[in-house]
Amino acid sequence: MKARKRQQGFNRRLRPATWLARHAQVLFSSLGRLWQRPLGSLMTLLVLGIAIALPLGLHLLVNNLQQLVSQWDSGASISVFLKENTDEKTVKTLVRTLQTEQTIRDIRHVSPQQAMEEFRQHSDFASALELLDDNPLPHVLLIYPRDAKIPAKKLQVFLQKLENHPEVELALADLQWVERFQGITHIIQRAALVLAVLLSLAVLLIIGNTIRLEIQGRRDEIEIIKLVGGSNAFIRRPFLYEGFWYGLFSSLIAMVLIFLSALALQNPVSHLASLYQSDFQLSGLAITTTLGVIGSSVLLGILGAWIAVHQHLGDMEPD
Amino acid sequence: MIRFDNVSKSYPGSSGGLREVSLHILPGEMVFLTGHSGAGKSTLLKLVGLLERSSRGQVWVNKHNLTRLKPADVPLLRREVGMIFQDHRLLVDRTVFDNVALPLVVAGLGHQEIRRRVQAALDKVSLLKKARVLPVTLSGGEQQRVGIARAIVSKPPVVLADEPTGNLDPELSHEIMQLFQEFNQVGVTLLIATHDLALVESMQKRILTLEQGRLLRDSRSSEST
Ligand SMILES: Nc1ncnc2c1ncn2[C@@H]1O[C@H](COP(=O)(O)OP(=O)(O)OP(=O)(O)O)[C@@H](O)[C@H]1O
Ligand SMILES: [Mg+2]
Repeated sequence: MKARKRQQGFNRRLRPATWLARHAQVLFSSLGRLWQRPLGSLMTLLVLGIAIALPLGLHLLVNNLQQLVSQWDSGASISVFLKENTDEKTVKTLVRTLQTEQTIRDIRHVSPQQAMEEFRQHSDFASALELLDDNPLPHVLLIYPRDAKIPAKKLQVFLQKLENHPEVELALADLQWVERFQGITHIIQRAALVLAVLLSLAVLLIIGNTIRLEIQGRRDEIEIIKLVGGSNAFIRRPFLYEGFWYGLFSSLIAMVLIFLSALALQNPVSHLASLYQSDFQLSGLAITTTLGVIGSSVLLGILGAWIAVHQHLGDMEPD
Repeated sequence: MIRFDNVSKSYPGSSGGLREVSLHILPGEMVFLTGHSGAGKSTLLKLVGLLERSSRGQVWVNKHNLTRLKPADVPLLRREVGMIFQDHRLLVDRTVFDNVALPLVVAGLGHQEIRRRVQAALDKVSLLKKARVLPVTLSGGEQQRVGIARAIVSKPPVVLADEPTGNLDPELSHEIMQLFQEFNQVGVTLLIATHDLALVESMQKRILTLEQGRLLRDSRSSEST
C-alpha cells in the first residue's frame, strides 16, 4: 500500500435539533453544578453582586442629584437691578419688551416701594430706614426662565444679554452654587465610571478564577472526555455556560442590593424633601441601564470563563 | 487498519520510546503486543490513539495519516479508536451507564440512540444490572468490563487495550479475552498489549514482540518465511 493514500475525511455533521438539545442540556447542567456547592457559589455571587452594585449605586446617586438640581433650577429666578432714577414708565416698557422674549416664562416687577415694604417687614433695620429721606432701593425685575434647566454657559450669555439693555445696572443669578454642584456631580459621575471599569475587571478576574479552580478540580474528567473523543468545544461549553450563570445571577443580586438600598433611603429623602417643600422622589434604574448592566455582566462572565478555559484546556491532554 | 512506517518516538530526557518500528495490521486482525517492562508497548498504543505523536516516521490509522492530522481532527480520530486501560480511567462520580455513554454523548448522538447502544454494550459485558451504580461499588473485573463497554459502545473499527488483564485472576482474564474474540469476530481490529505470555500463547493469534523500543519479532512474518 502506498503511503501517499488520500486521507479520508471525518464525519463531523450534527443535526441542528441535536445541537440545540445539547446546548439546552448543558445550560441547565451547568446551573446544576453551581447548585452542587450552594454556599461557595452564593458567596462568590454576593461578592460579584456587591462589586457590580457599587458603581451602579453611585451612578444612581448622580442621576438623583442631577434631578434634584433640575427641580431647584426651575424655581430659581434671575434678579435684574435697574439703574437708579429709572422712571416707572421706562420700567413698564422694558417689562413689555422682555415679555416678548421666548426664553422668559414670567417677570415679576418689584418697585422700590414694595422692596422697602418687604424690607421693613423682614429686617431689624426697619427703624434705621425710617431715617432716610429718599428710598435708596432700585427697581428690580425677577425673571423666571422658560427652561427648567439651563447649562451654566448658556445662563452666562443670557445674563449678558439682559445687561445689554441700557436701563439695566446688573443681572444676577445664583450661578456659583449651581456650577459647584454640577462640578461635584461630574466628579461623582467620573468616579462611578472609573469604579465601573475597575470593578468590571474585578468581576472578570473573580469569575475567571472561579472557573479556573473548577477546571482544575475536573482535570481527570476533562482528560477522560478527551480520551473518548470529546472536542475542545464540548469541554469548553459547560464552563462558558457557568460563566454565563455567574454573570446573570451576580447582576440580579446587584439589582436587589440597589433596590434594598434605595428602599432604606426612600423615607429619609422624602422627609428632607418635604422640609424644602419639594415632592422629590428617589428615582430607580432605567430599564435600559438595567438591561445594559445584566448584559455586560453576562458578557464579562462568559469572557472570564473563556479566558480561564483557554489558559488551562491546552495542558490537559490525556496520557 | 494500522500501519507504522519507520516510526521512532523519543521522550525528552529519556532513552526509552520506539526506534524505527514498521508494522502493518490489517482490518479485522486481532494482534498481541508483548515485551518486557519498558519495551515500548504503551508508547506504541499511545501513538495509535494519538495520546503521543511520533518523533519520526508515519503512523496510519483507518486511512488517516496521523502525522499530518490537524489538532481539530484529533477528537474525531479518537472516536474511531476505542481505548482500554489497566487502570480503567472511569469517571468516579458518574454511574456505569453515564460512563459507557460518554463516547456517544461527545459524538452528539440522540437520547434514544444512546440508551439503546449503551444497553447493548452493557449487555455484552454482562453488566446490564449494574447500569445505575457508581464504578467504585464494582470489583476490579467489573470495572474493567465497564471500560471495555465504553471502548466498544460507539462501534469503533479499532480497539486498543493496554494491560487489560493486568490486575485480574486467570479466570477473569480468560473471560475478557473471550469478549475480545467476540468483538474480533464481528470485524473489529484489536491491538492488545500484555506481558501475560501464557495468555497470549493460548489465544493463537498474531504476536508482535518489542524489545528496547524495537520490533524484535512478528509471529506472522516469521511463520510465512
Ligand atoms: N512520558 C514519558 N516521558 C519519558 N519517558 C517515557 C514516557 N513514557 C514512557 N517513557 C519511557 O519509554 C520507555 C517505554 O515505555 P512504555 O510505557 O511504552 O513501556 P511498556 O512496554 O508499556 O512497559 P510496561 O510493561 O511496564 O507498561 C520506558 O523506558 C519509559 O521510561
Ligand atoms: Mg505499559
